[in-house]
Formats: sequence, structure tokens, C-alpha cells
Amino acid sequence: MEAILFYLLAAVTLIGTLCAITARQAVRAIVYLVTSFFALALIFYLLGAPLVAAFEVIIYAGAIMVLFLFVIMMLELAHPEKLAKPRLSEWWPALILMLVVIGSVAVLAAARQPAPPAAFHGITVREFSVTLFKRYGVAVEVISMQLLFALVGALYLGRRR
Amino acid sequence: MSWDLIDIALMLGKILVLFFIVLTLAAYLVLAERRILAWMQDRIGPNRVGPLGLLQPLADVIKMLTKEDLIPTASDRLLFCLAPAMAAVPAILTFAVVPLAAPAVIFGHKVNMQVTDLDVGVLFFLALSSIAVYGVALGGWASNSKYALLGSIRGLSQLISYELSMGLSLVPVVMLARSLRLSEIVDAQAQMPFIVYQPLAFLIFLVSIFAECKRVPFDLPEAEGELVAGFHTEYSGMRFGLFFVGEYINIIALGALASVFFFGGWRGPLLPPICWFFLKVSVFSFLFIWVRGTLPRLRYDQLMHLGWKFLTPLALLNILATGWWLALR
Repeated sequence: MEAILFYLLAAVTLIGTLCAITARQAVRAIVYLVTSFFALALIFYLLGAPLVAAFEVIIYAGAIMVLFLFVIMMLELAHPEKLAKPRLSEWWPALILMLVVIGSVAVLAAARQPAPPAAFHGITVREFSVTLFKRYGVAVEVISMQLLFALVGALYLGRRR
Repeated sequence: MSWDLIDIALMLGKILVLFFIVLTLAAYLVLAERRILAWMQDRIGPNRVGPLGLLQPLADVIKMLTKEDLIPTASDRLLFCLAPAMAAVPAILTFAVVPLAAPAVIFGHKVNMQVTDLDVGVLFFLALSSIAVYGVALGGWASNSKYALLGSIRGLSQLISYELSMGLSLVPVVMLARSLRLSEIVDAQAQMPFIVYQPLAFLIFLVSIFAECKRVPFDLPEAEGELVAGFHTEYSGMRFGLFFVGEYINIIALGALASVFFFGGWRGPLLPPICWFFLKVSVFSFLFIWVRGTLPRLRYDQLMHLGWKFLTPLALLNILATGWWLALR
């Protein structure tokens, strides 16, 4: 049953993301992207990481995408003018990205995966947080300081007007 | 595959029963609101359909289903049709983690009185409340009407702002219970409900859930005097009904969560657990109606200032104080 669910969710994620990058209207693109975030969150849950699943929805679908939506609605990009076709010089980042993806898939496929332990029921919040703050405590603090700097910077930029 | 058929059947049964209970309660909450508001305003209220007007919800549903379903020509049809569901579904889903009563033992099987006891229950609730924004935002945007758009922009910024203080006001509860699991939060209140230790967090949570429900005094997204009906101006028939019933389901859900987080959920002396839970949720629902009958609407800048400059810093201070208290105890 887990396998069926996984393939279903993977299909939703892929189709949602594809629709998001091909959608003409920005608001619709956001809806597709949120759909794919949901499927992604459920995949994380299936993999035994409920905390990551919850954060995926709270942060990406619930905060970042909502802010995007807010900006788009405020700027009234409801009826965008027709975009010009991408020039040839704009294709090469996409090509490089494709090569990277293909390369990493090949590496993953070639590497022998260690089998997961038989009695694996996912990571509880307690285990996750103990590992996060005991083993990676310094890194967490550094990142939170960085976010604080970004916050102060945003405040400064906002104040100058 | 660790699931056997009994578990799946039990899960489906629980979902169906809960769905039925929640929808019935929401329908009768509408009637209760109309009767209680009428009583507060010295009117009579709906009392024609059935004894004491008790069949009024049925009449309302028939009316909504048979009304013409309008879709504005210049609207985004897909999103216009999707938005009411996006508003109602998160509210219903919230009930999946709410423990309704003490776990029961049926045929030697321990059955939790909640659909699923997620390890990240509190976060599940916060995730759903952050998703509920989309119904309001997209409904107003897809209608392609200026009143609806204004209403949904207001709703969007209001919901984002108060989500923050709501989430922060729950942190002390999690710190006291040492768990994000709702059943463990209820168990941690076996001796004393958390309202005793955390009155401030409760007040912040209460104000925030009023804002999350978009109810008076925070009903700016649908302020009738200025925006017609706000984000659902263009909706009619059952699509409007879905927005409407979603709001009432949300009231019940948030009342249930407030009683789980601060009043010990189903715990209480003498009466059976389910009665206590129902009683607590009813008191909260009454409070919502009472406030609607009493308070005037806030001005928009007052709303934003209350959220960002008062409730959020207060909630942060409360977390700090709780941390000190827990460390020094």
C-alpha cells in the first residue's frame, strides 16, 4: 500500500510542478505549486519524517506561497502581457540543470543503497529535536543568527523609504 | 503491511461518524447563533420551521441547493469553483487530531477516540490553519470583483498576522506538556488544566482564534457596511453555503482545540468524558456568538497593531517567562 501511495504522490508532485512552470497565470501557478508541496509533504510522511512533512506545509505552502500570492494580488498581475519566447541563450541554465539532475540520478542508481532497518517506524519529534540540538546545535545557532541579520536588513530597507 | 482490515474499517467508521457529527453541529450552530443573537437584540428569531425552529437548518440547506449557482463571466472558473472547498476542507480536517473522549477498549482492542493520534498533532493544526488562507484569497481573486478582491486581501493579511500569535501562544502549552501529541497534551492536564499556569497564553490564543475565524470584532474581510460581503460577494447557492458552513465548522474546531490545549479536553469530574468535551465546546461556541452580539468591529490599522505590536511580542515574552519558570522549578 505504501508503494502505491508513493507512486501516486510522486505523480501528483511531478504533474503539479510541471503545471506550475507552464501555467500562464501566476495565481494558478501558485495553486499548482501548493498542490505539489502537499504531495511532497505526504511523501515525507510516508518516509517516516512527520516533522519535515508538517514544516513543508507550514513554511512552504502556508507562509512563503501565501506571501507570493499576496504580492501578486497586490500588484495585479492578473492579466499578464504575452511573454516573448525564450531566446537560445536563455536555454543553457536549463540544460546544465538537466545534466546535473541526470547525473545525480545516475549516481544514485549506481550506488548500492543500504537496506533500512526492519523495525523502522519513522523518527519522532523527540528524537529529531535531540539530534538537531545536541549534534548540530552550533549550526542551528549560526543559521538563526543569519536569519536575524536578514530580518534586520529587511527592516532597514523597509524603513529607508 | 502492519494495518489489518479491522483497523481500516475502524478508521473509516470514525471518520464517517465524526463527519456526520461535525456537520450536524455546524448546522445547528447556525440556528443557535440566529436564535441567541435575536434574543440578545430583543427579537424572536427563526421559530417557524418545526418545533422551536429546530428544522430551520434543513430548510436552509434545501434553499441553498435549489438556488441559482452564479459564476461571473469574467471570473477564473477553476479557482472560483475550487475556493469554497479550499475554505471548508481544512476546517473539517482539523478534527482528525482532536481527542473527543478517553480511549476505550472494544474487544480487547484499544481504540482512541480520535481519528489519528499524530506525533505532530499541534503542527498539523497549525499547518491546516495556514492552508485555510487559500480559500479566502483565491475566492476573492477569482471572482474578479473589486469588493471581493479587497476583502480577500484584507483576509489574507489578517490571517497571516494572527496565525503567528496563535502559533506562539501554543508554544508554552507544548513546553508544559513536553509533547506535540494532542492526546499527551490532554494527559498532561490530568492534575490541573493549563489555563491555571498559562492564563496569558490562553487570552492570546482566544483573541487569535477570533481573528482566524474572521468573526466580529475581526470580520473586516467581510465587513458588510463597506465591502458588500467581502471575499464571498460573488458567490451564491451552495458555493456560498460551503464558505458559510466552513466558518461555523471552524468555530467548533477552534473551540475544541482551545478546550484541548487549555481546559484539559475531555477531562472533568462526575460527568462522562464526551459530555465534558461537548460542554466545553458549547461554551466556546456560545462565547463566539456572545462576542458577535456585543462588540463593534475594529478599524483596520487597530487590527494590525493589535496583532503585530501587542499580541506577538506578548506571546514571545510569555514563552521566555515559561522557559525560565520551567528551568528554575
